[in-house]
Amino acid sequence: MTALDLTDATRRPFTGRRVRFGDVALQVVAGAAAAAATVLVGLIIWKVIDGARPAISHYGLHFVWRIAWNPVLGREVYGAGSFLFGTAITSLFALCLAAPLAMGIALFLSELAPRGVRAPVTALVETLAAVPSVVIGLWGILVLGPALRTNIESWLHSAFGFIPLFGDPSQAGASIFTAIIVLTIMILPIVSSISRELFLGVPPELKEGALALGTTRWEMVRGVVFPYARGGIAAALILGLGRAVGEAIAVTQVIGGGVFIHANLFGGGDTLASKIAASYQGSSTNLQTASLVYLGLILLVFSLLANISAQLIVRRVARRHGITRGGHA
Amino acid sequence: MSAQGLTGPGLRLDRLPRRRRVNRLMEGLAWLAAAIAIAILGVVVFSVAQKGASELNLNLLTKPPIQFSLTNAPQGLANAFAGTLVIVGLATAMALPVGILVAVYLNEFAPASIRNGVSMALDILNGVPAIVIGIFVFGLLVVGSGQSGLKGAFALSCLMLPLVARATMEVLALVPNSLREAGLGLGVPQWRTTLSIVLPQTVGGIVTGTVLAVARVAGETAPLLFTSSLVGTQTSWNPYHALQTVPVAIFELSESPDPADHARAWAAALVLLVFILIASLAGRWLATRSRTKMLAR
Repeated sequence: MTALDLTDATRRPFTGRRVRFGDVALQVVAGAAAAAATVLVGLIIWKVIDGARPAISHYGLHFVWRIAWNPVLGREVYGAGSFLFGTAITSLFALCLAAPLAMGIALFLSELAPRGVRAPVTALVETLAAVPSVVIGLWGILVLGPALRTNIESWLHSAFGFIPLFGDPSQAGASIFTAIIVLTIMILPIVSSISRELFLGVPPELKEGALALGTTRWEMVRGVVFPYARGGIAAALILGLGRAVGEAIAVTQVIGGGVFIHANLFGGGDTLASKIAASYQGSSTNLQTASLVYLGLILLVFSLLANISAQLIVRRVARRHGITRGGHA
Repeated sequence: MSAQGLTGPGLRLDRLPRRRRVNRLMEGLAWLAAAIAIAILGVVVFSVAQKGASELNLNLLTKPPIQFSLTNAPQGLANAFAGTLVIVGLATAMALPVGILVAVYLNEFAPASIRNGVSMALDILNGVPAIVIGIFVFGLLVVGSGQSGLKGAFALSCLMLPLVARATMEVLALVPNSLREAGLGLGVPQWRTTLSIVLPQTVGGIVTGTVLAVARVAGETAPLLFTSSLVGTQTSWNPYHALQTVPVAIFELSESPDPADHARAWAAALVLLVFILIASLAGRWLATRSRTKMLAR
């Protein structure tokens, strides 16, 4: 920072002192705040590990795969297996639905939208991200779930019932399928707004060059925009996946609950996050509490991995583009 | 960089009609995707407005809920609205000063390596699922001593901190260096330059960031489930007690089998949604305004 160098150069002749109390005080206070923010991350990791310790020492890593959640005293046994399955199936399906939609939205906003439409549509898509998850969940369980059940689930079941994915429709509309749709809605804005920024960052001379070669707009997107933004899109998808995996409230409201692994998308289930949220009214034993925190630890590890890998990708891409773009940066 | 679309037989002129058709199809799909996103927002907002409006009256804001109500006495969610005001207010009071100081340190003092490290920590904090923040605060503060509004506010402030710090850093970076140099050149110490010349330039941006952060956490349920949710029906403003909040109330009512509870959940959702949409639209508007102002300077 040039400001720092300047102070060093300017203050000495006037004060004759090397160090000013105010400067040191502000730097110490602000530095302490920054240190506190960093320590907070460490504290979160430590406290979650600490809270899960009874379950870790009781079950070890086997907890992660065991399919069981029985809080009955005397026959207590806990495991994350079915919740891992529920998390994986809901968030991966949601990502598969959201990714093409988000790419379409981002392309529309960066390449196609007429001038007057662009700003309001961008604002609307970001407004979707502002809707609280509990409101999406309320809508999901009372409006979306029943609608999906009567219209889509029964139709898919009768038309493609031979595929195990499309089994008997859910009772009240609370199902893994509803959770997938809700998660799709929730990660759509984040993936599309990151992708939109990536697409806007593609150097115009590359796009114009492609168009001048006689490509259609879609060929230009496929040949120039996508390859240029590839790393960033991967990062956006990882962040969207992290968001879907960590979403607790809306999923708890619509997924129906249950400890089992089945292929039927229209049955109930639970994700790691929704199991934790559903158990908020207290648990009967310390082991159960520790097992819930263990679920949180798995979530935390996943979100750390997702975040760090997304950031590393972004940094690598930024560095590479910084070099290839040279003077244009 | 590879450019698969631009090589091979892709650009053949005799295939131009086909290529144009593909292009039109893809453009149409992009329009459709944008339309779907807007339609989803429209349907959600419309449902909440339609179902919430019927139960929306002053009782919702002023009357407490009644447990095991046998009569049709009017009841509302006054306890939840009071609790949300207290908890979000306290969370803002905790996150705002720390967030600003973090940003000041990173932008004005820190060497590049520390800046990268701390902003990575902020990004990680931003990515920690809200429910994990909830069990973190549960393990740190609630175990042994019980829930309280203050602990819920601390949980929310963990979510606000990275948002406020990031927003402040963005505007601090826009303050022209010439201002800092002018202050220092006049012999003003760096701490005064920072506090009375640089920071006042960023007030607009900080307000924007705070408004957006408030809009974000006012609707958060997950961090409060384990820190401030086991409550009675009486209205309380005391942050040392567990306080009911609007999101937690909606969450509980939505799980109830009683349609009357659903109606109140919709009404509360309508109030919450209107507040959050106004706050985030205002935040966006302020952001554009302060950015154009700063860039124009």
